[in-house]
Amino acid sequence: MQTIMNLFKNNIREYGMVIALVLITGLFWILTDGINFKPLNLTNLILQNGFILVLAVGMVLVIITGNIDLSVGSVVAFIGAIAGVLIINMNVPIWLAVITAIIAGALIGVWQGFWISYIGIPSFIVTLAGMLIFRGLTLWLLDGQSLAPFPDSFQSLSSGFIPDLFGGANVHIFTIVLSVMLSLVLVYLEINKRRTQLHYNFEVAPLWLTIVKLALLLLAINWFAYQLAQNKGIPTVLIIVLALIVIYTFIMKNTVMGRHIYATGGNKKAADLSGIKTKRVVFWVFVNNGVLAALAGLMFAARLNSATPAAGDMLELDAIAAVFIGGASMAGGVGTVIGAIVGGLVMGVMNNGMSLIGIGIDWQQFIKGLVLLIAVGFDVYNKNKN
Amino acid sequence: MSDYILEMRKITKTFPGVKALDDVNLKVKRGEIHALVGENGAGKSTLMKVLSGVYPHGNYDGSIYFEGQESQFKNIKQSENLGIVIIHQELALSPYLSIAENIFLGNERHSNKIMKWQDTFSESKKLLERVGLKDSPETAVMDIGVGKQQLVEIAKALSKNVKLLILDEPTAALNETDSENLLKLLLELKQQGVSSILISHKLNEVSYVSDSITVLRDGKTIETLHAKEVEISEERIIQGMVGRELTSRFPNRHPNIGETIFEVRNWNVYHPQQDRKIIDNVSFRVKKGEIVGIAGLMGAGRTELAMSIFGKSYGKKISGELYKDGKKIDANTVSKAIEKGIAYVSEDRKTYGLNLIDDIKRNITLSNLKKISKSSVLDENKEVIESQYLREQLNIKTPTLEQLAGNLSGGNQQKVVLSKWIFTEPDILILDEPTRGIDVGAKFEIYTQINELAQQGLAVIVISSELPEILGLSDRIYVMNEGRLTGELNKGEADQESVMRYMTGAGGTRDANDNEFI
Repeated sequence: MQTIMNLFKNNIREYGMVIALVLITGLFWILTDGINFKPLNLTNLILQNGFILVLAVGMVLVIITGNIDLSVGSVVAFIGAIAGVLIINMNVPIWLAVITAIIAGALIGVWQGFWISYIGIPSFIVTLAGMLIFRGLTLWLLDGQSLAPFPDSFQSLSSGFIPDLFGGANVHIFTIVLSVMLSLVLVYLEINKRRTQLHYNFEVAPLWLTIVKLALLLLAINWFAYQLAQNKGIPTVLIIVLALIVIYTFIMKNTVMGRHIYATGGNKKAADLSGIKTKRVVFWVFVNNGVLAALAGLMFAARLNSATPAAGDMLELDAIAAVFIGGASMAGGVGTVIGAIVGGLVMGVMNNGMSLIGIGIDWQQFIKGLVLLIAVGFDVYNKNKN
Repeated sequence: MSDYILEMRKITKTFPGVKALDDVNLKVKRGEIHALVGENGAGKSTLMKVLSGVYPHGNYDGSIYFEGQESQFKNIKQSENLGIVIIHQELALSPYLSIAENIFLGNERHSNKIMKWQDTFSESKKLLERVGLKDSPETAVMDIGVGKQQLVEIAKALSKNVKLLILDEPTAALNETDSENLLKLLLELKQQGVSSILISHKLNEVSYVSDSITVLRDGKTIETLHAKEVEISEERIIQGMVGRELTSRFPNRHPNIGETIFEVRNWNVYHPQQDRKIIDNVSFRVKKGEIVGIAGLMGAGRTELAMSIFGKSYGKKISGELYKDGKKIDANTVSKAIEKGIAYVSEDRKTYGLNLIDDIKRNITLSNLKKISKSSVLDENKEVIESQYLREQLNIKTPTLEQLAGNLSGGNQQKVVLSKWIFTEPDILILDEPTRGIDVGAKFEIYTQINELAQQGLAVIVISSELPEILGLSDRIYVMNEGRLTGELNKGEADQESVMRYMTGAGGTRDANDNEFI
């Protein structure tokens, strides 16, 4: 019991958010009579929130370095406009349009990263300017009009599903297969980790605890996959998001670059004196954020099936809120990719649940605001207590 | 009325584990300039904080009498109301406000909370005349030099009807002309009846203006000298400042000194913002296995020298050459310096040394992630093994390596920083105030570690304000004063008095380059 308490105390940040997510989901399960757990709704949940999760992954890196990016909403619209003009007006092949849009996103990151890192203008100002600049460019590019519709193959970026190789009738068998394979990989990784730790005589968590944790995780994954399988299977969006989670968690946790990002945000002066090129780190984090914002822009345009001047308005605030709910600190140096994803899901489940029970947009905003305040307040309270 | 404007009797102030002031007495006569001297850490600033109410009554033992009345200040406001004003070394002016606004900051001329600008400016003008500053009171403070800013501080003090003015190292950041003007102003104010307490390391200034001098050492009053009774020479003051015996606080060592490994030639550095030379043509060398001390008072430029060498982390317009093993090297960025085998342990571990919100092992490995990674992918198991090894070597006291650096004690934090730089496998290790603010036990452990590193063939440079530390550790000592090397002494010929003479500039300048083959 003592171990559980300690474990919980030391990881209150990580576990707190997961528990909040479970509680909020449970609350809406009761309020919606279980509709929010229906296969169709779970699929919708992913489709509705995919691009916010992509933005949150980029944003958490920016916030860990102690910066902020207010421009991503406008960048989403601008990239959508570029895709619209290229694909709909100019009939450019889709693969070429997608590559062009991603490169445009990278260049936007280069532009903002340059002003922030090498000229030394605070990121708040640079990206506030970017918010106006790219919204303006969107209006100019679209001439104030919406462009629609996109070809089907482009739409599949946000509304597609992976095909069922096994041709299941009522249940998407390939989805089940994938989820079982993922489970096996997770079990293997956990066993491997324990074995290495024992090999080096490191301290290991009690076996029963590891088993319980792993069992809960596998249960959640497989149940979720089963629900999706009852609908149309795994959406493309989920594959994209999962790939980003794996890649960015690996970068932040296991690479030199990740360490440099945390060190830059944690104490810039100490990082400088440790030989870390902090300017370069911040620059590349913004380039990365431009690329991910471009990806989100493409997903957003595909979902809307149009490029519109007002696309992505206020989206940056959703992404920022997700990151802070997920335990990142305004001062930098703290935050995780998984945390940002959980934060994004908290927002997403609330949006979805509140819409299902018919709460108006006015109260939705009000409640989301309060949740953000309470989540971060809880964090600050915990920190001060220590 | 009493002859003394201020009497501090039997003041004792303890911090957890340290007696900062021990039965200190200070008596300041009406209308005199009273100097307070002593090494860094002797207790001068603490005493002034007790006097001004930064440490409120009840926080210390002893009593304070101001103009014959016992005073029990609870905060700075109360002491200021009686006319005691302290001007800190770090000026407390708001750079974007005008001179006039700064003078009356917190003490605004107003009627019913509406600013009276006319009064503000006209009264400022009069005060500025008294301190001899001709600039318009509407000038923004950031547009005038440090010397003039110091005068604004004094004008601000005068606006509060100051009776006792306390100046903490007022000339540390000033050039010679500005310093001289300031000292003259102190003498003028004395004529107008303002008493002052002057804290200074510059003994020539002290003996020039002071009527009395009180010497503090290790938190105790050593003596008070009066100019009328004896002639106060700098030698006399130094004798009082260093009269302490060296105790065996240092582990034994048998130096094994090899060839010259690192050499700095004709090093010049300017202040990053002002056009002021901070390091003036400094040249020195270090040998393998040698511990070289750099002594100097606050503001002598020791940290600036070290940081400018370490990847040009301080200053601008840096010129000079670095040689390692006789070959000229390029250490223009920190990562290049680390690559060349230079490591610098900062004096300010919280600001420049550690990421306080990250854990011990990640702090240790940060400067040399190459060692625990393959093609940029980290091996976290190797990280644990490597940092565990250093933790045991340096005896870092912590339950786990996952402990956040910010939760450790000062001594353990220092050991983490030291581990971090040992982990870069340096050939030249620069330690800036390696034992600042840590307890005696941890100090001994760090000294042992320094000796151990020298034994392994590292060239170690130790910067310290504590003379006993410099003398106890070093095989050779360079002394700095106002950006220049003023002396070079071998272990045998160095004692506290000789080093202090060079530190205060009283020994004249002995160019280290003249002693190439000592």
